[in-house]
Amino acid sequence: MSTTTTQPGSGTPAGNAPDRSGKPGVSELVSWKAGIGLSLLAILGTVLFGFMSNSKSAGFGIAEAANEAASNVAAWVTLVLALLLSAWLGYLWFVRRRSGPASGSGQLPGWLPPATVAAVVVLGLAALGVAKVSKITLPSAAIGWIAAVILLGLAGYTVYLTQAKKATPRWVGGTFAAVFLIGFMVWIVAGGNGDEPSISLAGLIAGSVTLAVPLVFGSLSGVLCERVGVVNIAIEGQLLLGAFSAAVVATVTHNVYAGLVAAAVAGSLVSLVLAVVSIKYLVNQIIVGVVLNVLISGLTSFLFSTLLTADPEGLNKPGRLPPVDIPFLSDIPIIGPILFHQSLVGYLMYVAVIVVYLGLFHTKWGLRVRAVGEHPQAADTVGINVNRTRFWNVLMGGAIAGIGGSFFTLVSVDAFSKDMSGGRGYIALAALIFGRWNPIGAFLAALLFGFADNLQSVITIIGSPVPSQFMAMLPYALTVFAVAGLVGRSRPPAASGIPYVKG
Amino acid sequence: MKLELKGITKRFGSLVANDHIDLVVEPGQVHCLLGENGAGKSTLMNVLYGLYDPSEGEILVDGTPVIFKGPGDAMAAGIGMVHQHFMLIPVFTVAENVALGNEATKAAGFLNLDETRRKISEISKQYGFHVDPDALVEDLPVGVQQRVEIIKALVRDAEVLILDEPTAVLTPQETDELLDIIRQLKAAGKSIVFISHKLREVKEISDTITVIRRGKVVGQADPSASPTELASAMVGRAVSLTLEKKPAQPGEATFKVRDLTVVDHNGQHVVDGLSFDIAKGEVLAIAGVQGNGQTELTEAILGVQPHVTGSITLDDVELLGRSVKQVLSAGVGFVPEDRKIDGLVGTFSISENMILDLYDKPPFAQGIGMKPALIASHAEKKVEEFDVRTPSINVAVGTLSGGNQQKVVLARELSRPLRLFIASQPTRGLDVGSIEFVHKRVIAERDNGTPVMIVSTELDEVLELADRIAVLYRGRLVGIVPAGTSRDVLGLMMAGVPEHEAELTAHKTLEGGTHV
Repeated sequence: MSTTTTQPGSGTPAGNAPDRSGKPGVSELVSWKAGIGLSLLAILGTVLFGFMSNSKSAGFGIAEAANEAASNVAAWVTLVLALLLSAWLGYLWFVRRRSGPASGSGQLPGWLPPATVAAVVVLGLAALGVAKVSKITLPSAAIGWIAAVILLGLAGYTVYLTQAKKATPRWVGGTFAAVFLIGFMVWIVAGGNGDEPSISLAGLIAGSVTLAVPLVFGSLSGVLCERVGVVNIAIEGQLLLGAFSAAVVATVTHNVYAGLVAAAVAGSLVSLVLAVVSIKYLVNQIIVGVVLNVLISGLTSFLFSTLLTADPEGLNKPGRLPPVDIPFLSDIPIIGPILFHQSLVGYLMYVAVIVVYLGLFHTKWGLRVRAVGEHPQAADTVGINVNRTRFWNVLMGGAIAGIGGSFFTLVSVDAFSKDMSGGRGYIALAALIFGRWNPIGAFLAALLFGFADNLQSVITIIGSPVPSQFMAMLPYALTVFAVAGLVGRSRPPAASGIPYVKG
Repeated sequence: MKLELKGITKRFGSLVANDHIDLVVEPGQVHCLLGENGAGKSTLMNVLYGLYDPSEGEILVDGTPVIFKGPGDAMAAGIGMVHQHFMLIPVFTVAENVALGNEATKAAGFLNLDETRRKISEISKQYGFHVDPDALVEDLPVGVQQRVEIIKALVRDAEVLILDEPTAVLTPQETDELLDIIRQLKAAGKSIVFISHKLREVKEISDTITVIRRGKVVGQADPSASPTELASAMVGRAVSLTLEKKPAQPGEATFKVRDLTVVDHNGQHVVDGLSFDIAKGEVLAIAGVQGNGQTELTEAILGVQPHVTGSITLDDVELLGRSVKQVLSAGVGFVPEDRKIDGLVGTFSISENMILDLYDKPPFAQGIGMKPALIASHAEKKVEEFDVRTPSINVAVGTLSGGNQQKVVLARELSRPLRLFIASQPTRGLDVGSIEFVHKRVIAERDNGTPVMIVSTELDEVLELADRIAVLYRGRLVGIVPAGTSRDVLGLMMAGVPEHEAELTAHKTLEGGTHV
């Protein structure tokens, strides 16, 4: 028997790795998931936007300013600022690409491309505002066919890359999604009633942000809990009890702010049960969460139908948190009304996203929290009390979800009704996963789900070629797609869902 | 700093893991705790580090009694610990791992990682570590991860450093580097508690040796004592450290692996183009540091790995692409590396575990029925033959000691006529007595004319059993060398140095006159 050694590059079918001499062989296991998925969607897009398009055109209304003069000034200022910002970011991007090694993209900070795209979008919107465009009208057939051709092209490119065993670059997916969305919007609006159907784009987006508020709070609660190693399925229950408590307390005390505080307390009460039972008594976290949801749904329904319906004036008339305009910012056309015309809860949402993000990734507290969620034993050996950290984080998560719940009764509708959270706690969980356990990601994912939700109701109003039942499915279908397919490889905190027992 | 343990006792229920242990660690000394797996060394250190509360006894630092409520207290007292399984967070950077629990902060609790980076490079410079503070820990080799653990302790001004089985995961060369680091630490005035059951290292590094057996201190030993004396003290009876075996009588090569490649879910080639043969009546030992493709290789042969290409033939029959059951019935006996997870069903009885792979065939089954009487008598026979120490064949396997569990696995796998026998880490965690027994059975199977493949990360075991040694590094075969190859050459090969180069380098080191 002779000594046998491996021959570099012996042609096994599994590998295409060009460099097998230096480093251990790596062959990208190129998945056909993206290629097949995009192809199917492209074909669907071609059929819908192309073949099924009509001769009508779709109108998209841009917001009309409340205060003409202020709006004009704000628009110009924004235009200039956005121009400078886009130019600067674009320059940074260009320089980093040039200066980096041949691989290039490795040197690029992750935030740069999305920030640049965002700056350019703001620039475009500001330009629309300055030009005083109040409505964009697009011919449905032409746009539909153009979109279809681009979609087919991108899908074909992906298939070609997969065939050649190359990874698909990230911009392909992003562009595909954007083009599909435009094609879909034009097609569906053009299919509405009337000769020239139109919707208000600004209204659509503003509504999306509003609908996303409880989702954002819910998913932030999930981020806080899962990052520390506890799966919080009880978000739904926290939202619901938050809504209920806000309504009752605000009515009884005649003070909406007291209602807001009560919502936070109610949310952390639900969390308290979750924390004690799952952290101290080691009961399966998912089971506790589900049980809590059912319990709170039953409890609030019972109290609603016995007490609240008997005395709606005294117990279920909380009043509303009024929207607050932020001076100057709210005058920016399009963007202003969307982002800076919110209730207190809406502004709290922005604050919460930023605080949770900075806290988790840039503070001592966050480092410890993440350590506990990844490797509790390691955290224990450097003197961190794992279960105490978990306990307080879960409580904090509950408070945040509770505030999200107050949105239902203090902002959206001014009374509590049975099961009014309507499964948004579960959608928030999906947003958390779609957002890869990152507060910013969860925020964006929640916005997307809010958009789908709002689009469905807007489309149902103007009438559409698609039965409304299908449109009602849209947010949930999107959730399934997002969580199953588009997330890519994301890694949950390693110890999420596993109770920590010392020793 | 002088550290004393007085009468430390730790009970887990009725089990006494530490029984009135006294220990004194003098400053600037390397104090070895020598004992077999399960002797209670790690428990003692976890008590010292504040992870367990002692049931009795006290800890004195410089003569003052202290009580550690948690690792934080122990660290504050100047005790640092490098655990056997590293306590590092894989997705954090080195700096984040070092900072954790001891964070330098700016205003409002914001992290000041620059401060941590500065400390890391300071310590790296002092001791000659090469550690990039911004590397992700999961991307670092094991030896470097261990240095990060040492840095973690040093950043906290540890005066006493506990190293729990620090060499278990290292190549021989990395072990030498670690011993050098320990010497430097000692020179800097730190005390080291070095826990090991590997006699060679213990003899090389220690100033004082305390031997622990079954939770009790059985005595002090001198580093100049012979390995046999140390081993006898550790086990409590005379042991022979060498296995008596006849030279191999290799027949024709019946097991052939060609171009075997296994790709994992990340697209890594964890086994990369392996080709080798094993002849009847010989033992091929697969040597290598843990995680270099050994697990995937054995699992590929058994048929439980996806994404396998190449060819595996036994008696000219292709095994690749067959079900596990078909592979087993082709005559492959398989002892998995983790008996508790893959080898046994812990809650099943011994007799049930003895027929896990034969339960559906005659004579143990007929149609849909099983034959309990026959199964029981089979178990009785095997328990006796393999010397399984158990009160009854009906006790759950999970309650047996590691050695006895391994004997059950061996008994089952060797109870069929075999055409190939694979044993992965056959003696991991076993006491010296059981190791002797397992090795004898492996050699007996070889002498029956079965091709035998042993996978082991313990160089001692490889040298003990092998007729030929195949060294794996990052999934590739570095080379196949004869049994008599020296430790240094094998060590270098385990770090990926090709055979002829390894021989040259090893000779140079020997001429340099360092160590054997």
